[in-house]
Amino acid sequence: MSSQPEEAAPDLQVSDELIIKIKDMHKWYGSFHVLRDVNLDVYRGERIVICGPSGSGKSTLIRCINRLEEHQQGDIIVENVELTNDLKNIDAIRREVGMCFQHFNLFPHLTVLENCSLAPIWVKQVPRKEAEATAMKYLERVKIPEQADKFPGQLSGGQQQRVAIARSLCMNPKIMLFDEPTSALDPEMIKEVLDVMVELAKEGMTMLCVTHEMGFAKTVANRVIFMDGGQIIEENDPHEFFDNPQHERTKLFLSQILAH
Amino acid sequence: MSTERSHAVGEHPELPPPSTEVGIIGWVRHNLLSSTTNIVITVLTIYFLYIIVPPMLNWIFFDAVFSADSRDDCRAIAKAAGHEMGACWAFIGKRFEIFVYGFYPAEERWRINLSFILMLAALVPVLFDHVPYRKQALWFSLAAPFIIGWLLLGGMGLTPVPTDKFGGFMLTLVIGVTGIVGSLPIGIALALGRQSHMPALRMVCVAFIEFIRGVPLITLLFVASTMLNYFLPPGTTFDLLLRVLIMVTLFSAAYIAEVIRGGLQALPKGQIEAADSMGLKYWQSMRLIILPQALKISIPGIVNTFIGLYKDTTLVIIIGLFDPLGMGRASLADTKWQGLSTEIYVFVAIFFFVSCFSMARYSLYLEKKLYTGH
Ligand SMILES: Nc1ncnc2c1ncn2[C@@H]1O[C@H](COP(=O)(O)OP(=O)(O)OP(=O)(O)O)[C@@H](O)[C@H]1O
Ligand SMILES: [Mg+2]
Repeated sequence: MSSQPEEAAPDLQVSDELIIKIKDMHKWYGSFHVLRDVNLDVYRGERIVICGPSGSGKSTLIRCINRLEEHQQGDIIVENVELTNDLKNIDAIRREVGMCFQHFNLFPHLTVLENCSLAPIWVKQVPRKEAEATAMKYLERVKIPEQADKFPGQLSGGQQQRVAIARSLCMNPKIMLFDEPTSALDPEMIKEVLDVMVELAKEGMTMLCVTHEMGFAKTVANRVIFMDGGQIIEENDPHEFFDNPQHERTKLFLSQILAH
Repeated sequence: MSTERSHAVGEHPELPPPSTEVGIIGWVRHNLLSSTTNIVITVLTIYFLYIIVPPMLNWIFFDAVFSADSRDDCRAIAKAAGHEMGACWAFIGKRFEIFVYGFYPAEERWRINLSFILMLAALVPVLFDHVPYRKQALWFSLAAPFIIGWLLLGGMGLTPVPTDKFGGFMLTLVIGVTGIVGSLPIGIALALGRQSHMPALRMVCVAFIEFIRGVPLITLLFVASTMLNYFLPPGTTFDLLLRVLIMVTLFSAAYIAEVIRGGLQALPKGQIEAADSMGLKYWQSMRLIILPQALKISIPGIVNTFIGLYKDTTLVIIIGLFDPLGMGRASLADTKWQGLSTEIYVFVAIFFFVSCFSMARYSLYLEKKLYTGH
C-alpha cells in the first residue's frame, strides 16, 4: 500500500497479562446475526490489526469493546471488569479505553485545546489548569501544539485525526481502539497519522486497529486478525499472515487488497 | 504608457484596481446597473420610493401635530399652519402613560420602570459574553425574575397590585418575556424527551407536542380563561394572567421543541459516540456537546418562534386583557379623539417592529459569533 512507516518492526514486549477477554460473543442487529461466536484474548502491549472485507463486522467488534454497541451473548471482560448493563462497569471501562474514529468526530464548537481537556475535566475531575497542561503535552506529542486555539474546522484531515488521538490520550487510556483512522484521509496525510500511531505502539500502548494499511500491519502489529461474515476466520503474526495465509477467503482478500 | 513588457515575469508590481471597480461608482455599477434587468429593477424601485416616501414623511413628521387637546384641535392647528392634517400624535402623547403602564396605579409606576431596568440589566450578561464579572452577573439574572415578579405584584412591604391592572406595553413585555424565558428550557426538555430511549417518556412528550401544535393559540387562551374553572376544584381562584402565561409558554415550548429536535437530528451520530467513548454521562454529553451544537443550528428557528410568540401576545385582547392594541381600541371610544385609529396602529406597529427587529438582529449576531468554520 501507499505510505508505509519507514522503521522496521520494533521489537516490542508483550506481557502475559490478559487485558481484554472476549468469549463466545454473539451480536445481532435486529434479526441480522452480525458477530458470530467471537473469541479473542488480548494481552497488555499487543498491537492487533483487524482486517476483512466491508461489512464483515470489524467496526462492530471493536465498538463492542467500549460498549458503543451492545452484545447479546457471551462475555467481554476489559481490565477485569465485565461489560454488562451495569452503567458503573461501562463507565469504568470507557475511562480505560480510548477510541479514534474514521471521521475523527472532534467537537466542532470547541477549540482543539477544549476538545482535549473536556473529558479529563468532566469525567476525571482533573482541575482545568492541569487538564490543559496535559492536553498541551499530548498535542506536542502529535506535533500540533501551535493549533491548540483553533477550531477543528480550521484544520486539515490529518491534523484533525492527530487531535483526535491526542484527545483520547488525555484520558490516559490503557487500550486504544482505532476504526479505520486513515481511510478518510488524503494519501499525503496518512503518513503523519500512522507515524503517531507507530510512536504510540513503541511506548507500549495496547492497540486494536481496524485498518487496511498493510504496511502498518507488517511493521507494527504483532498479530493480524482476518474477519469475514461476522467471524474471525484467521489470526496469525503478520509475516505468516501475509506470506502464508491459510484460508481461501484470506487469500482472496489479500490478493484483492494488494492488487492496487 | 508603453504596452511592451516593462517588468520581468513575476515581478510586476501590485496595482490599485481601476476607479470603475471601487468606491461608490464601482458599487453602483456592480449592484445597481450590472444588467438590463438590474437597471429596470433599480429604476422601478427608485420610482416606487419616490411615490411612497415623501407622503409618508409628510404624514409622520412635517404635517403632524404633536400637541393638541382633541382631534378638532389638531385639525385647526394644521390649518393655521397652512398644511393638511398629518398624524395627530398629540393623541398618543395624551394616552402615552396608559399605553405603557395600563391601569397600574399612577403612584406605583416607578415599580414598572425599575422592573424594566432590572430586566435589561439581567439580559445583558445572558445575551453577551464579554461582560465584566459575568459569572456574578448571571446569578443576578437568575434572581431577577423573582425580584421583578415581587415588584410588579407587590406584597411583602409593597402595595399589592392585582394583575387585572396590568396592561399596555408592560403587559406585552410580561407575557412575551415570560413566554420566551419559560418556553426555551421546557422546549429543550421536550425535545430531549422526544428522543429518549424510554418509551413512556417519549410518548408523553410526543402527545404533548402534537396536542399543543394541533390547537390554535386562541383556543388555548379561551380554555385558560373559561374552561379551567371546570377542571379546577370549586373555590380555587387562579389568576387569569397566570393562566395566560402558562398557556403562552406551553404553546411556544411545543414549537421550540420541534425546532430543537430538527437541530438534534442534524448532528452526526459520531458526536454522541465520541462523547460516550470518552466516558461522559448522558447529561454531560447533552450539556457540553450536543445541545450547544443543536441550539446553534436552531437559532434562526428559535428566534422565529419567539418573534411569533411576542406578536401573538396581542391575542389576549380576546379574553379581555388590554395589551397595547386593546388599549388603543379602548381609547378610540373617546369622542374627542374619534377616527385616529391609524396613529394608534402605526404607533403599536413601531413598538412591535423595534422589539422584533432587535431579536432578529441579535440572532444574526449570535450566528456570526458562534461560527467556527465548519
Ligand atoms: N446500526 C446498525 N443496524 C443494522 N445493521 C448494521 C448497523 N451497523 C452495521 N450494520 C451491519 O452490520 C454489518 C457489519 O458492519 P460493520 O460496520 O461492523 O462492518 P465493517 O467490517 O466495519 O465494514 P467497513 O469496512 O465497511 O467499515 C454490515 O453488514 C452492516 O450493514
Ligand atoms: Mg467499519
